[in-house]
Amino acid sequence: MKHIMIFDQAGEFAENKDVARDIRLQEIIPALDKNEEVILDFEKVGAATQSFIHALISDVLRNYGNEVLERMAFKSCNDTIKKIINIVVDYMQEGLGLEKENDVI
Amino acid sequence: MVAALGLTIKNLRNIQCEKLEARSKHYLVRMGLFKILNLASDINVTEHDPAGRFIPIAQIRTSDELTKFITEMIPLLHLESEQAKTIGYIVSELVRNVIEHANTENGALLCAQYYKKSNAIRIGIADTGIGIKTTINQSYAAQNDLQAIQLALSPGITGTTRREGGTAQNAGAGLFFIKSIASVNRDFFVVYSGSGFYKLLKKPLTSRVSLNADPFKDRHSREDDMPFWQGTAVGVDITLDQTKEFSLLLDAIRKTYSTAVRERRKARYKRARFI
Repeated sequence: MKHIMIFDQAGEFAENKDVARDIRLQEIIPALDKNEEVILDFEKVGAATQSFIHALISDVLRNYGNEVLERMAFKSCNDTIKKIINIVVDYMQEGLGLEKENDVI
Repeated sequence: MVAALGLTIKNLRNIQCEKLEARSKHYLVRMGLFKILNLASDINVTEHDPAGRFIPIAQIRTSDELTKFITEMIPLLHLESEQAKTIGYIVSELVRNVIEHANTENGALLCAQYYKKSNAIRIGIADTGIGIKTTINQSYAAQNDLQAIQLALSPGITGTTRREGGTAQNAGAGLFFIKSIASVNRDFFVVYSGSGFYKLLKKPLTSRVSLNADPFKDRHSREDDMPFWQGTAVGVDITLDQTKEFSLLLDAIRKTYSTAVRERRKARYKRARFI
């Protein structure tokens, strides 16, 4: 299982899309390719922009399909971050014609 | 906008400043207009700490500069946590738009002012880049600057691709989110690019707030023959005692966004042919 602490790289306000891209390319995708489960842990992250979350997970959804949501979970998200994740997951699935709900724990 | 324009002059020594008579001249000094253009000014002001009142003009060219700016400057406005989140969100999305799409080495010029009487913060961001129409028309065919602004304010429309969901780095949602924040808080929001100008008008407190995917369905004014501005300028007023919980706003955004994407998909459905 790959446990990724977002705060360690993005800080309290997760808004830097370059950081999100690096997490996606260097940590999320390699773990999924090894069939590992991924936990994106937002502990201590107070806020995140839609752009950050998009850069973090949209390409993962596009390339792995919505089944990836069964292998990827979002931990310790506050209400605002949960909602932003849900917006991105929704529009990616609407756009791709996908149907699954995401798993926010 | 004056600072952004000034920085396009290759040799700043070519900028001549006539003696200012305007009452706002002291304000221009305090906001750092002369400093950023490296101009000498004979206007004397007593400088008090700007903390809690304004953020002088700042030039932001890179992603790391933006992160540093948000970390160091937003706390100086002495906002409550929820309000700081909203302001940080707006600054981040608007400046990242400039860094990623404006294609200008001068980056974004930004300043902010707190108005005690109305308890509002006014943020202005300007660039002298390629403008919204050139960016949007990498994937769309906007006929003029105003139409390009309309597209840029619609959820899920980005110049980087026509593909639904955007690219790995761009969703085409940033400006829609900012317009939504302003709309729900009943605040002003202005976009000026090329000859196009769009202003979301303040909503009366009695009217029901709803989000529209099409910015022209909001209460607004618009112009398509403004004096040409090479680049983009955005202004947002956020009235702090009206700032709705960001979390509540996101529920409305989620609904509007999904509906807009679904309607676009539906518009592309092929129709049955009955002969």
